[in-house]
Amino acid sequence: MKLKKSAKGNSEISTASLPDIIFMLLFFFMVTTTMRDTKLLVKVIPPDATEVQRLEKKSLVEYIYIGPPVNKKYGDETRIQINDQFISGLHEISEWATTIIINRPEDERKFLTTSLKVHKDTKMGIVTDIKQELRKANALKINYSTRKNLANK
Amino acid sequence: MARPVNEINAGSMADIAFLLLIFFLVTTTMDTDSGITRKLPPPPPEDMEDIKVKERNIFKVLVNKNDRLLVNGEPGDVRDLRRQAKEFLANKNLKSGAVPEDRPEKKEVDIPLLGGNVWISKGIISLKNDRGTSYDMYIQVQNELAAAIRELRDEMTQDYFGMRFDQLTDEDKIKAIQKAIPVAISEAEPEDIGGK
Repeated sequence: MKLKKSAKGNSEISTASLPDIIFMLLFFFMVTTTMRDTKLLVKVIPPDATEVQRLEKKSLVEYIYIGPPVNKKYGDETRIQINDQFISGLHEISEWATTIIINRPEDERKFLTTSLKVHKDTKMGIVTDIKQELRKANALKINYSTRKNLANK
Repeated sequence: MARPVNEINAGSMADIAFLLLIFFLVTTTMDTDSGITRKLPPPPPEDMEDIKVKERNIFKVLVNKNDRLLVNGEPGDVRDLRRQAKEFLANKNLKSGAVPEDRPEKKEVDIPLLGGNVWISKGIISLKNDRGTSYDMYIQVQNELAAAIRELRDEMTQDYFGMRFDQLTDEDKIKAIQKAIPVAISEAEPEDIGGK
């Protein structure tokens, strides 16, 4: 008698809604996923900083990668990568930046940000050169990409 | 004769969804890019003359190719930089334009939210680095200077609005504080100071 009663109370949890729950999660991740579209040709370990700001609008951010090539056949010297390839001369930066600015509608232009992803052992010389090139193209808003480190020192 | 209705077996639906879910879980990168945002000065016009700024209004930071600091002519340390920059830019009394001889001058600006005409510091931090300076050091210096300005803004926001600067949501209040304590960091036109 006692055994029968406990067997009756032991009802199973319905799993009928499980697919729906999973689908919901699936859609969430499908929507939030951004596939990495550029393949990094240079090694970039950004320096640490505490005073970081988030880059809000990703569509308004353009990236420049600066660091030693990943592939050793390109040597050890610091190279600059824009989109999917190395650039051969510094003048390409201002040309590239100008093209980007022209192709944007007028009201978006002043919010355009160039994110500099620079390897931390890079010398400032090349970074200064890039900044000068960006100034020439009037791409004035820049962001030094850093990792957030709260326990600084 | 009624045919038996063929129903697709939906039992494996959950498994398929799971598989897709795991795929997207793995490929998702939720990295939000963050960093220190700075505004570059517009390109200098051809006939630009050097702008003269009084010595007392400048806080000079030099970084050489060995990542050593020279702060206002004396060897410095990146750990003291925040305090030094804060002391230099500090502006305790917005109501008066009187400053001692050794402090940066003030100028009068109209900021209605802070009580009409207020006196803000004319101090400028001048940052100069060598081509051989490491990027890591440069960011550390920029970070300390940004921290000094952030702390000053926090203090002022606390005094006027009773919260931290990053807690402000009112656009006008943010603008007011930004106007009272601007990011006064000026970077010198590049030149080689220590060779390669």
